[in-house]
Amino acid sequence: MTVRTPTFLLICLIVVVAVFAASVAIGNDYVFFAGYVILQYVVLSTAWNILGGYCGYVNFGTAGFFALGAYSTVAIYKFTTGDDASFPISVSIPVLMLVGGVVSGVIGFGMGYLTLRLRGAFFSIATLALAVVLETLVVNWDYVGGSRGAYIIRPEEIAPIGNYIRYLFLIMMLLAVAAITVARLIEHSRLGYGFATIRDDELAAEASGVPTLRLKLIATTISGALMGMAGAPFPYYISYLQPDSTFALDYAVNSIAMPLIGGTTTWAGPLIGAILLGSLQQIATVTISSAVNLLLVGCLLVGFVIVAPNGIVGLVRSYWQRKPEEFVGRRRIDADAPGSVP
Amino acid sequence: MIFSFDLLINALVSGILIGGFYAAVTSGVSLAFGILDIVNIAHPAFIILGSYVAYIVNETFGLDPILTAIVVMPLFYLLGAGIYQVYYVSFEKRGQESLRGLAFFFGLLFITEVSLVLYFGVDYRYVNAAYIGPTWHLGVVEIPLRLLVPCVVGLLLIAALQLTLTRSFIGRAIMAVAQDQLALRLMAVDPIRIKRIAFGISIATASLAGACLIIIQPVEPSVGREYIGRVFAICVLGGLGSLPGAVLAAMLIGIVESLTSTFYGPSWAPAVSFGFLLLTLAVRPAGLMGR
Repeated sequence: MTVRTPTFLLICLIVVVAVFAASVAIGNDYVFFAGYVILQYVVLSTAWNILGGYCGYVNFGTAGFFALGAYSTVAIYKFTTGDDASFPISVSIPVLMLVGGVVSGVIGFGMGYLTLRLRGAFFSIATLALAVVLETLVVNWDYVGGSRGAYIIRPEEIAPIGNYIRYLFLIMMLLAVAAITVARLIEHSRLGYGFATIRDDELAAEASGVPTLRLKLIATTISGALMGMAGAPFPYYISYLQPDSTFALDYAVNSIAMPLIGGTTTWAGPLIGAILLGSLQQIATVTISSAVNLLLVGCLLVGFVIVAPNGIVGLVRSYWQRKPEEFVGRRRIDADAPGSVP
Repeated sequence: MIFSFDLLINALVSGILIGGFYAAVTSGVSLAFGILDIVNIAHPAFIILGSYVAYIVNETFGLDPILTAIVVMPLFYLLGAGIYQVYYVSFEKRGQESLRGLAFFFGLLFITEVSLVLYFGVDYRYVNAAYIGPTWHLGVVEIPLRLLVPCVVGLLLIAALQLTLTRSFIGRAIMAVAQDQLALRLMAVDPIRIKRIAFGISIATASLAGACLIIIQPVEPSVGREYIGRVFAICVLGGLGSLPGAVLAAMLIGIVESLTSTFYGPSWAPAVSFGFLLLTLAVRPAGLMGR
């Protein structure tokens, strides 16, 4: 059941229009504020999954890449807007996203180049380190607000759509579609198969002539760039950007938990995980508290990796694909088990 | 900024003292990550847990934090052994430790931290002990006992661990399990049992390290995060699995951090250890005393 990319894009477009129309029909702007966060997580978890799920390299630095995008926007904003602007032009959000994507992509590439030749764990630890180094830099960089934070004045209206939050929501939805399309294209391409060989057995892949380092660098760059793009509109959404909240570990834990809960091997996994967990968190934040919702994410993450290692997609798949011959096979192995040598 | 010799000497001394404490914090990770190859990202969370245990006992019974830590060590050992059992059954056995095992520990880190926040709030907690206030003066050098005690305790802990690893049967078995599990099995030793013991010891050190931490500074649940990178930086810089290397690296990072915060301001200090980590990984991944 493989849908061709143009058809897939058409379906996505229909979904985008339908979701947007439904949100407008509800008529409450809170839907857009909450929806924006969920869509942002769709992008972040899809981006994380390109490296984490496809290649098997865990990135703990989602917050770092995300904040890179957000702070490049702040830097550009300070540079172009306000009384003391050095270069007064107006920069639109898509351009900001592009810049954020390039900055994060370049940093992702650089970091991958430094650490990806080593064992996987080193890369993970280095990504944690990267987030803290970047936070220290931002805290000490007064131009973008330092530890006091930076204010971004969000325009009230924008020409065809009206309310600015709706515009941000729409942009984030399009970015989510773009991210998912990229993930989907990778999955069904030579690149994706290359990634899968790295995930399954890197040594064997290397020995069979798969250019593992190059593939890993491509994955880190794409993944980092998408995270940066997700971060770029964030200052406009939040209007007051502060290092503590921008570099919060919440982004890291969510972008790991969502793909793992949804399922890491397909593009659908992070999407399902992000929508489920994202909505759940929005509800929990409103009804209980934001600390409890993080506890919830932590418990779900631990529970899923232990009980359902392939996530929701894996559960559904094993339910559908339970063919008779597999049953026979499994029973035979079970029958052999007591006497067998592991 | 006026460069003063006194300031330099004092920064060096406090760097060395802090380094001794960092060594204690790193010892557990050195054992788990360096020797057993278990990337326990959650280790700092267990250290904070140790701090809170020391805090509760100190608050209710007025017991010394170090003493408390030594008393509750067996409990931390059991906790560690239990976690390893879950980790082994769920991930190592299935060969999924790289992706899902990491996520598991990351989840544990979050659960521990958020549970502490929910129970104790985000207020800073501290302990009372006779040695927390006073400072020794040796000429211009000032030695706060608040830093000296954790440093001595930390170095003793490392020495004890090193002795255990090199002299006792269990210790040698732990070193052996890192090299060749199959060979160990052929010697009729269960490698899983040895790893469980080793991981238990690793978490047990967190109890003592936690007590040291709360002696040095007031603690709130998210303090642990700063230590994640620092601990792994020290572990990698020292050379994986080398305890003497870890002490050396801890002193080095302690001194550089102390110099940085004295001469450039404390806000730059967190970048030091991470800078070191990235530099080590890029230039010499085997570390200072790597095998």
